Amino acid sequence: MTGPVPYAREDKAAQPPLAFPAFKASVARAPSQPPIRAPQTLTEITGPSGEGVWERLMGPALTDLTRQHRGEPVGERIIVSGRVLDENGRPVPNTMIEILQANAAGRYVHQYDQHDAPLDENFTGAGRVISDAGGNYRFITIKPGAYPWYNQRNAWRPAHIHFSLMGAAFANRLITQMYFPGDPLFGLDAIANAVPEPARERIVARFDPDTTEPFWALGYRFDFVLRGRDATPMEH
Amino acid sequence: MAGQTPWQTTGPFFHFGLPWKGGADLTGDSELGARKDLIQPGHDYGVTATSGMRAHTIGERIEIFGHVWDNKGAPIVDCLIELWQANAAGRYAHPEDTREDVAPDPAFIGFGRTASDRQGGYRFRTIKPGRVPGPGNSLQAPHIALGLMGPGFLKRLATRVYFPSASENAEDPILGLVPEERRSTLIAVRAPESPSLYRFDIRLGGAGETVFFDI
Repeated sequence: MTGPVPYAREDKAAQPPLAFPAFKASVARAPSQPPIRAPQTLTEITGPSGEGVWERLMGPALTDLTRQHRGEPVGERIIVSGRVLDENGRPVPNTMIEILQANAAGRYVHQYDQHDAPLDENFTGAGRVISDAGGNYRFITIKPGAYPWYNQRNAWRPAHIHFSLMGAAFANRLITQMYFPGDPLFGLDAIANAVPEPARERIVARFDPDTTEPFWALGYRFDFVLRGRDATPMEH
Repeated sequence: MAGQTPWQTTGPFFHFGLPWKGGADLTGDSELGARKDLIQPGHDYGVTATSGMRAHTIGERIEIFGHVWDNKGAPIVDCLIELWQANAAGRYAHPEDTREDVAPDPAFIGFGRTASDRQGGYRFRTIKPGRVPGPGNSLQAPHIALGLMGPGFLKRLATRVYFPSASENAEDPILGLVPEERRSTLIAVRAPESPSLYRFDIRLGGAGETVFFDI
């Protein structure tokens, strides 16, 4: 009989290790023993999918992070757009892209964030957008600020937006961060540096004049590439 | 051809966006799942799951609960945990599960998400899944897929929760890949208080380190 069509494996040349000593918090949060390689069964090639599944789970999409409160947030308005693709260049539709970020001052709306920078009552920094039939997504937000963190001495995170992508397969989960071009903090960042070169450049967005809207907002492009899939079912 | 987008950690502040109210209750209308205590006033973003159908889910109600510990034995108080499972009949709510002899359950999606608490504890309310096919002509034992993420996790850790049924587990092709002395780390323990409560502790190191899978 034919089994489920598996997804490609993790590309070790593109993915960070589980423990990266320069990123201190990763050391205690990696398993001591290596994960056991297992085939992808029906469990791993399925995941939340189908028409309306995200609305049933989490509620409707929230694609404008600048309009969640009474007034507009402080900061540089930006439009982030791109596509969700697989390694074969095929669009991946109906993927839930969850968005999390600090405000323009580099502060999160979280009780544990004690950075001495102001909260913005007009900015929460969370949203979600679902990729369309062509794999496209787009949302509006403000450019987040850099902020200090406890890692090495005088460590500052480069400006970044957190993304969580979830789609039709449990095996194909992705959580990542998008950075901005030309940021002098990027090369010093222990979390970004956990990604091997040259794949590290894939987590930097591209400034895009074509999606920049005159007198309104700068456009950045960022494509997500998920694991690909063989065209033919595997024979067991 | 394009290359895979690299993983990055969730960072410490995911509670205001990712674990939604009700995300850990797959069969009821409670708000289990979100950490409302960590959100600044005025920014309560977490929505309650919109479907009122969850209570109609078919199957034996169970709770999976436990603690998460790092490889030094300290509780992980900010772990993001995701769950994916089949329905009570053993069918996934997914277009590629096309088995017509196994009934779908329109009330049950099978996906959940939660965040661990100040002691590293977590809890899901769900149903016991049925058996699903494995590679070849094998049949998998009832199991739930779990994914662990959070600050310090550069990538997701994937594991599986099995149930205490020696005969079914003995046939399971994935459990069969695990060295015998480590298999018990993947089998939930029935809590003495109630037959519907299953304890599943997750350890990243030390004695009884949980098995994780490279999928």
